[in-house]
Amino acid sequence: SVSPGDTSVLAGLYGPAEAKLSKELPDRAALEVLLRPKVGLPGVMERSREQLLRQTCEAVVLGVLHPRTAITLVLQVLSDAGSLLSCCLNAACMALLDAGLPLAALFCGVTCALQPDGTILLDPTARQEQEARAILTFAIASSERKVLMANTKGSCSVEEMQQCLAAAQRAADTVFQFYRSSVCRRYSKC
Amino acid sequence: LSICSRTVEPLEYYRRFLKENCRPDGRELGEFRTTTVNIGKCLCSITTADSSALVKLGNTTVICGVKAELAAPAADSANKGYIVPNVELLSLCAERFRSGPPGEEAQAASQFIADVIENSQMIVKEDLCIANGKLAWVLYCDIICLDYDGNLLDASVFALLAALKNVQLPSVSINEETGLSEVNLKQKNPLIIRKHPVATSFAVFDDTLLIVDPTAEEEDLATGTVTIVTDEEGRLCSVHKPGGSPLTGAKLQDCITRAITRHKEVKKLIDKVIKSITPK
Repeated sequence: SVSPGDTSVLAGLYGPAEAKLSKELPDRAALEVLLRPKVGLPGVMERSREQLLRQTCEAVVLGVLHPRTAITLVLQVLSDAGSLLSCCLNAACMALLDAGLPLAALFCGVTCALQPDGTILLDPTARQEQEARAILTFAIASSERKVLMANTKGSCSVEEMQQCLAAAQRAADTVFQFYRSSVCRRYSKC
Repeated sequence: LSICSRTVEPLEYYRRFLKENCRPDGRELGEFRTTTVNIGKCLCSITTADSSALVKLGNTTVICGVKAELAAPAADSANKGYIVPNVELLSLCAERFRSGPPGEEAQAASQFIADVIENSQMIVKEDLCIANGKLAWVLYCDIICLDYDGNLLDASVFALLAALKNVQLPSVSINEETGLSEVNLKQKNPLIIRKHPVATSFAVFDDTLLIVDPTAEEEDLATGTVTIVTDEEGRLCSVHKPGGSPLTGAKLQDCITRAITRHKEVKKLIDKVIKSITPK
């Protein structure tokens, strides 16, 4: 469970488990992501977010080590106070880490909000997101801080996007530090 | 001499071409397929819709039909109309799509189109309002893929833009005494389109090579895709990179520059077609 501020997402990972015949892939693991909103049934927005998360996870999980299996990731939104997509990304990565799946790299989600006056705000609250001109969410990989996933809302100029990307790459360091400390804390008890 | 079959080892087959910087269908890595567009009531477009456009990007064929209807605006946004895009991937366009409820790809594409309309502010919802709190236009945009050969998002955005440019909304007035709406079909006004967003899709191969306008086969073999939507001022309306292999900022910048060039070509094409069908 990850909660920056008040946004909170619970992630549960099941797998690698036996896959249904219709879903199994002969050479790699089949990854499935289910995103459940806080209220209501999952709609088109959830489906598109599931696709983003699934392809991001597929890029890092070494699926070829577990062929013909299914890995299911279930995300439940507990509360939404802004930066939801990056919170989901962080929860997904920590779940993958916790399950001990073989990963090529870690990733973290960072949301940047472009204020109307041009300043860049990281991890905006819901209020700041509404006032912002554009909201950019990036998933940054731990190897060389490359961009794994990008999603934008609102329009911005090319320079502004590059500035946001640079800011997100710097912020990724803080998030990876947090991953490290969480994992250390978990395994130092036993 | 190693025999490399297209069906048995498609990736190796492709790598051979990519080494020579070209693709099996003869295109260069940065070359688009032939784009054709048909707008309006001529040549296989929909006569029952208020406006329609058919776009062919190589083999990928997408048709967009726009229907305008009247409805009451939502309670919390009384001065806004609605635009409802819907992308249908029928089982007739490719064997991977089954009939039944829309699959993930269709839903993700619908969400992408809705985001593009919202982000680019192509149609401002306030323009669709007729009477505050009482009456507003609803534009149902149905985008149907007739033949899927890769690069669905580019073709869909293009078809949507072409169809919306041709929409003529009849003027509507509310009768003061009866409170009912009166539609005047004789007096039509074109829809105000403020921005012209154009999408450009790239496929990433082996984490390094970027190819433009992928076919269905290339999309299956690719390790990732990127779609960039730009408008005429060179602003980014959307950077859509749903996972896939990691890219550096420089590679992303390269994609953006190519997308801006492509925008100019597509804009010219649309302007030409619109001019040819406007009655003088």
